[in-house]
Amino acid sequence: MNLTEEQIERYSRQIILPDIGGVGQERLLSGKILVIGAGGLGSPVALYLAAAGVGTIGIMDGDAVDLSNLQRQVIHTTDDVGVQKVVSAKQTMNEINPDVNVITYEERFTAANGPEILKDYDFVVDGTDSFGSKFLIADACHFAGKPYNHAGILGFSGQTFSVKPGETACYRCVFREAPPPGSVPTCSQAGVLGAVAGVIGTLQANEVLKFLTEVGEPLYDRLLVFDALKSSFRNVNVKRSSSCPLCGDSPTITELKDPEEEVCTL
Amino acid sequence: MANIIVNGEPLAVDDGATVSDLLVEQKVKMPEMVSVELNGTILERPTFPETVLKEGDKVEFLYFMGGGA
Repeated sequence: MNLTEEQIERYSRQIILPDIGGVGQERLLSGKILVIGAGGLGSPVALYLAAAGVGTIGIMDGDAVDLSNLQRQVIHTTDDVGVQKVVSAKQTMNEINPDVNVITYEERFTAANGPEILKDYDFVVDGTDSFGSKFLIADACHFAGKPYNHAGILGFSGQTFSVKPGETACYRCVFREAPPPGSVPTCSQAGVLGAVAGVIGTLQANEVLKFLTEVGEPLYDRLLVFDALKSSFRNVNVKRSSSCPLCGDSPTITELKDPEEEVCTL
Repeated sequence: MANIIVNGEPLAVDDGATVSDLLVEQKVKMPEMVSVELNGTILERPTFPETVLKEGDKVEFLYFMGGGA
């Protein structure tokens, strides 16, 4: 791939970074990333990946933009209320960077559609808003051997880590299974600060850019936990669990199944 | 008393205190809200009541966060 004059100018501030350079930019342009969820986390992820010139970005969400989304879902505007989120997201991404091929999936990630969709991508970003989806994505990526970044936010807190299936600690190594409905508040019940979604989503984008350019240390085997009230981050080391129901020695989850309905309705 | 570290902060707990006791002390309403890592290993939830904390233990409460939209 040869960068055009326009591309060299557009991406000059990252091409100039010694660890990125023209080679890194070419890796970004040939990268294929699936972003699941075009909401609070998915917005900054999609914006920064598009701006950085990630060549193919799949974006998946079955919902339309609601007025109450706009406090944190910064890829959408007031005029987009009522528009499908993936349509609105694609428009913003292409306005920022027409170079990027944005593929939209106007549906939720399910056991039926997930495996077929994610096989076309290098890396998956979980920006969903329910435990059901988060565990399903972890399972689907495990079975497909697809690396992914997980994140969750709530209130003034957020956390994220990346997983290389079969090699590093997975979401189920740490969290095992979805908590019973009602035991953990959802964002619509507990609320969330928009900037927290921005911090964690931007960290997710950062992990993708590092993955594609093969720079730095991925968030493998450590959960990065953000406390917005203290403005502090903690790295919590986690490791693969031999009793993990998904990737342990005697797994009990051996096929992909949709979760019981449980949605953080925002 | 046993001196332990909880989420990076020092804490003294009563001798014989279990992980379940610590959940109460840390105002975790339900054990289902957290995963607990003890000295680097995730504990199975049914073992919380029988796991006694020892001097020098490092405990991490990892909270379930399901939000994202």
